Amino acid sequence: MLAFTLKRFLQLIPVFIGATLLVYFLVFATPGDPISALSGGKPMTPAVESALRAQYNLDQPFWVQYGLYLKNLVTLDLGMSFSGQEVRDLLARAFPVTARLAVMALAIEAVFGIFFGVIAGMRKGKAFDSTVLILSLIVIAVPTFVLGFVLQFVVGVKLEWAKPTVSGGAGWGELILPAVVLGLVSFAYVLRLTRTSIIENKQADYVRTATAKGLSRGRVINVHILRNSLIPVVTFLGADLGSLMGGAIVTEGIFNVPGVGNLLYRAILKGETPTVVAVVGVLVIVFVLANLIVDMLYALLDPRIRYA
Amino acid sequence: MRYSHASKALVLSAALALTLTACGGGTPEESANGGSEGDATKVITANTTEPQNGLLPANTNEVGGGRVMDMIFTGLVSYDAKGKPVNEIAESIDTKDSQNYTIKLAPGHTFSDGSPVTAASFVDAWNFGAAAKNAQLNSYFFESIKGYKEVSAENAKTEKMEGLKIVDDNTFTVELSQPESDFPLRLGYTAFMPLPEAAFKDPKAYGEAPVSNGPYKLTEWNHDVNLKLEVNESYEGPRKAANGGIDFKVYQSTESAYQDIMAGNLDVLDQIPPSALANYESDLGDRSVNAPYAGNATITISGYLDHFKQGEEGNLRRAAISRSIDRQQIIDKVYFGGKVKAEEFTAPVLEGYNADIPGSEVLDFDADAAKKLWDEANAIESWGDSEEFSIGYNVDGAGNKEFVEAVANQVKNTLGINAVAKPYTSFKALRDDVTKKKMTGAHRSGWQADYPSMYNFLGALYGTGAGSNDGDYSNKDFDNKLKEGLAATDPAEGAKIFNESQEILFKDLPAIPLWYQAVQGGWSENVSNVEFGWNGVPIYNAITGK
Repeated sequence: MLAFTLKRFLQLIPVFIGATLLVYFLVFATPGDPISALSGGKPMTPAVESALRAQYNLDQPFWVQYGLYLKNLVTLDLGMSFSGQEVRDLLARAFPVTARLAVMALAIEAVFGIFFGVIAGMRKGKAFDSTVLILSLIVIAVPTFVLGFVLQFVVGVKLEWAKPTVSGGAGWGELILPAVVLGLVSFAYVLRLTRTSIIENKQADYVRTATAKGLSRGRVINVHILRNSLIPVVTFLGADLGSLMGGAIVTEGIFNVPGVGNLLYRAILKGETPTVVAVVGVLVIVFVLANLIVDMLYALLDPRIRYA
Repeated sequence: MRYSHASKALVLSAALALTLTACGGGTPEESANGGSEGDATKVITANTTEPQNGLLPANTNEVGGGRVMDMIFTGLVSYDAKGKPVNEIAESIDTKDSQNYTIKLAPGHTFSDGSPVTAASFVDAWNFGAAAKNAQLNSYFFESIKGYKEVSAENAKTEKMEGLKIVDDNTFTVELSQPESDFPLRLGYTAFMPLPEAAFKDPKAYGEAPVSNGPYKLTEWNHDVNLKLEVNESYEGPRKAANGGIDFKVYQSTESAYQDIMAGNLDVLDQIPPSALANYESDLGDRSVNAPYAGNATITISGYLDHFKQGEEGNLRRAAISRSIDRQQIIDKVYFGGKVKAEEFTAPVLEGYNADIPGSEVLDFDADAAKKLWDEANAIESWGDSEEFSIGYNVDGAGNKEFVEAVANQVKNTLGINAVAKPYTSFKALRDDVTKKKMTGAHRSGWQADYPSMYNFLGALYGTGAGSNDGDYSNKDFDNKLKEGLAATDPAEGAKIFNESQEILFKDLPAIPLWYQAVQGGWSENVSNVEFGWNGVPIYNAITGK
């Protein structure tokens, strides 16, 4: 297990370098000159322009720029944004907010998705099952921004149960509404995945054996059926954590959450390479780690799986 | 301020908008004197975007930082709601020849840390802003001052402009390299604010937590979240705060800010999102405003394009395109009857504005005249059937696509040529092609005034070799008129000459004016006395609680 974990950690290094190189190049290759855009169409004296260009290494060819970036990275210097702030500080502000949001969304989709999925699976074909199936289909079909705006308007403006947007601190309580919106679509997937998996495992021999042994219904469902049904669900949840963190642009925009999605979006528009690369780099690490945890959970859920 | 990414769209007619503004609340002076009732202790919340740079006067060139700077700093003059300069720190600004200015400061003004505002506070700040080694974005604002060339050149040997001289603590003189009558008008712009000595030791740290001399002082800046302003008790001047402070909340989209206004979670919003333009009036009722401000939207057809070179053929073709655009129809359909059709090259809120300059009929839609002009041009050199006329726009600005496509369609329908809207992925991609003179067609353009002066439009955009002269326009007669207007000692006389210079522009059409910008804003039930200024920015200091 230890060797396996270690090996996976070592794999992180080439993945990280490959991803940053690719992203660095992509930003480099996007059309437009970030420095001339800084002036917003107003004139800029040549001296100011060349000073700014030199400050961000934009006067260097691609390989030199990337080399300098890697060199600074070793000393944990992630570079500067065009606003003159340390990218490190930008990340330190945005990631905790997004992490809170993603974890809460993940918790919502996992808990409710599995709970309703199990009930639907056990009552296949009954009224509850059909209702849940139709409702989840609707949730999947409606775009996130529609869900977001509707919930924001109803809960925030009409009912006034919560403020329509998140305040600066973006605490756990305030993030509940955005987390619900963010987790809703995945919730529907988790539900359907759990349901299908439960239906399949319900027929398995070991379940019949467990029931024949006279085990209680609760124990059969929770230990025998559910545990074995969770592998595809956990795989989905693991991959989803990464998407929730990097892909929350729409939700963050609607609820004005100062998180990673918007940081990334604005940095891409401005051509602010250090910020884009740093954000993507962290997201890559999150993806890899989430997958590692998923792999380790496999062994926990299914005793037949072992990592040597 | 920088030229807008998004087109501010609007809904009401201009006439109604003006009436609304007129009853929108007291002027700052009235409020400061207690002329209008209201809770003077309430902390106002207002929307903003994250300032793009540290808060240094000469490095703030966009609206997010600009509105904060206007509140925490005060210069020699400030602008009232109509854009008229009012003395702040200045006691007098005197000149006999529009080239040499003697500026006297009213004594007794201080920064929020207690240090006095002196002649050196201005001279040092301006020198700092102009010097190449400080790489300040607004550096070019000082270009009129004698000695600017020397300090702004690469590897400059000196950092002090020759034209600035301190006479005593409360007096300094400014010598310009040529007479410029609108120089005093510029002095209320952010770039000309004074700085305390502490600023120069560590400008970066200072920009994060500036010690300033305006109606407010910055007490907290949580990046990407908010900027908190407290009333600066030591401020004495016409813009004294009528409220208990301002909390600028950073919004990533105006949509979310709009929801906050509706829920009473935000007090003042200076831009209604496009999605709410159709119904903001019914949502907010008399808590909304629609008023023109000093900005316009244009289409630039660069003079280096084939068929559009400066000269007879190019001028005929540009006029034909201009006359084939039914501006009012686009204003009605795309902007719900909002923006105000352009009648000239500047903006209606400026002093000296004239809607009836000879030649301005070229901005009126007339399909027959357009076709005739186009045919005349074809007689000089024919326009091939396979040729395309494109209008570039950046897709990252809300509303650009809609209006550019509408314009392209009208040109296509009227002239029967292949006119298309050409999307650019981002503002920076469009600007790149524009500044490198690599355009293959026309492009959307526009200007928001930095200071309330016609010259700020005409000189910066159409003067030969001017920094924002995207179309490479050059006309000696026009340049001479500009010079003449600048040399005038009487502003009214200057405006008259500037308007004469526009007659030349109407013939050459270095850009095709479309419409004037207007601001659509709204406020919550918790505040009153909300008024928007000449530049479309709310007059925050005059707002009170209910």
